[in-house]
Amino acid sequence: MKNETTRYIYYYTALILLACISLAPIWVMISTSFKDEVTVQSSTPLWFFFVPTFQNYADILTGRGKFDLYLMNSIIVGVSATFLTLFIGGFCAYALARARFVGRGFLANATLLVRMVPPAVVAVPAFAFVTLTGLDNDLAALVFLYTAISLPFAIWLLFGFYKQIPVELEEAAVVDGATPLQVFFRVLMPLMTSGYAVAAIFTFRIAWNEFILALLLTGRNTRTLPVATAGFLTEEGVEWGRIMAMGTLIVIPPLIFTFFAAKQIIAGMTAGAVKG
Amino acid sequence: MSDTANPTIDSARQDQPTPVKSVKPRIQAGSLTPYMFVTPAIIVMLGGLLYPIFMAFYLSFYDWEIGRPFSDAPAVGMANFIRMIQDEQVWEVLWVTLRFGFWTITIEMVLGIALALLLEKPIRGASFFRTIFILPLMVSPVVVGLIWRYLFDARSGWINYYLTTWFGMEPLVWLGDPQLAFFAIVFTDIWQWTPFIFIIIIAGLQALPSEVVEASEIDGANWWQQIFLVKLPMIQSIIVIALLMRIIDVFRGLEVMLIMTGGGPGRSTELLSLHIYKRAFETQQLGYASAIAVLLILVVFGLSLAILNFANPMKTRSDV
Repeated sequence: MKNETTRYIYYYTALILLACISLAPIWVMISTSFKDEVTVQSSTPLWFFFVPTFQNYADILTGRGKFDLYLMNSIIVGVSATFLTLFIGGFCAYALARARFVGRGFLANATLLVRMVPPAVVAVPAFAFVTLTGLDNDLAALVFLYTAISLPFAIWLLFGFYKQIPVELEEAAVVDGATPLQVFFRVLMPLMTSGYAVAAIFTFRIAWNEFILALLLTGRNTRTLPVATAGFLTEEGVEWGRIMAMGTLIVIPPLIFTFFAAKQIIAGMTAGAVKG
Repeated sequence: MSDTANPTIDSARQDQPTPVKSVKPRIQAGSLTPYMFVTPAIIVMLGGLLYPIFMAFYLSFYDWEIGRPFSDAPAVGMANFIRMIQDEQVWEVLWVTLRFGFWTITIEMVLGIALALLLEKPIRGASFFRTIFILPLMVSPVVVGLIWRYLFDARSGWINYYLTTWFGMEPLVWLGDPQLAFFAIVFTDIWQWTPFIFIIIIAGLQALPSEVVEASEIDGANWWQQIFLVKLPMIQSIIVIALLMRIIDVFRGLEVMLIMTGGGPGRSTELLSLHIYKRAFETQQLGYASAIAVLLILVVFGLSLAILNFANPMKTRSDV
């Protein structure tokens, strides 16, 4: 019995220590975003006890930096890319999971193969394309690329979820006279909510966090948050309070997702690693 | 091959022994419907992924600079590739990438697997802690770069503060010294990615059939024997795939370094992807950058094929 208790103490100590290591850097950012420049410059790191100020947020959201515009751009790009990916990817995953057709195996393999295409490879051709076509100040190019980048993983994830649904459900619907689209939207969609939720989180995260392509494909009015934040870093040098406020704004959506859907995210990650 | 806690995979696996399904789904061979379902996805992936890859190959045969119209760019044949082989900078960044990969992945794998083995037993609050652990993975690379650039800052950085006040060390110019900067990006990567290994391995361990572990215990295996002769061999494929994924990520990543150090000082923290980016957009040689990108594509595809070899979820069904 005593042995058991010691073991639990040791488990929890280790877990709490690891949790602190994971959280500390993120907390440094969040806390710094609520400090005025004097506090930021203070020679001692202040973890908790300082007078919080919202000045940094007021500055970046209402100042000349157009940060409110960039926030909106990020939301538009993230939501559009997520919606498109789920819509297009859902159809594709369903067909791959259920139908036999010539080229199915090739499509499945090709999809998995291009899943890890490095952004640096896409960057040069994409940059050349948008400058040649004059799309270099348009969020559409970014939405299209993020959709393409997210599709392989989304298809693969949704494929697994479709596989779990018993075929008999669809057959019953077909006997009742449903068309393939009716089967897809009326019968399967309600059962796929959690699958789509996981795919949506991963897609939105890619679009929301991505930096390199956004940097190359956006102009003064179409920047996304990561691009605007990185730009601020070089322009303004060491105004850490404001930069950390920008960083905190970028981190908020992923943090919210994590706390509400940690289980699904872990399932997605684990599946991603284990099955290619 | 062993399994994970993922229900999708479990069910896919259970399908395997059934050779022929007697029932047929609505959309099937001979029908055009499946093609209608997959066409939009194919179009987007062709345009957004395959076209850029194709273009990278195509551009690698031209000497094209930013600002000049492409019609003026001379075709140079293999010149870009010959230049690449002789380019000391390319070899230098490849060496940096390999060293970076070696240190980060070795430490992340050892730490991640060790922690997973130690904390494998399901206990109260485990899911809460796992939520905390995946937070670093959800943070945007740009933000990761920002945070650690702040922490490693020579003047106002917190790391220097604790090193000087607790250990009486002299303040270090972390991001201004080649070796220290390399250490800093390795450290940052370990902070962000060790949880990834930990989460995957622990999922694999918890999905192991308990009878096997119990049987080995009855047979008199001690704790170490259980780990090295039973548990780790059973999750071997998971370990290999996690490893391959991390190696691919090392070749893909550039954002954290771009923010933290910009690849410097010198090229001490310039990974291959970052080098391609800088070649293309700082020295403006799109053609030559594409040639290096071709090298990167070949490396990543090779590693991706290796992963598919270990586990191809969409091909395991007998009806394919």
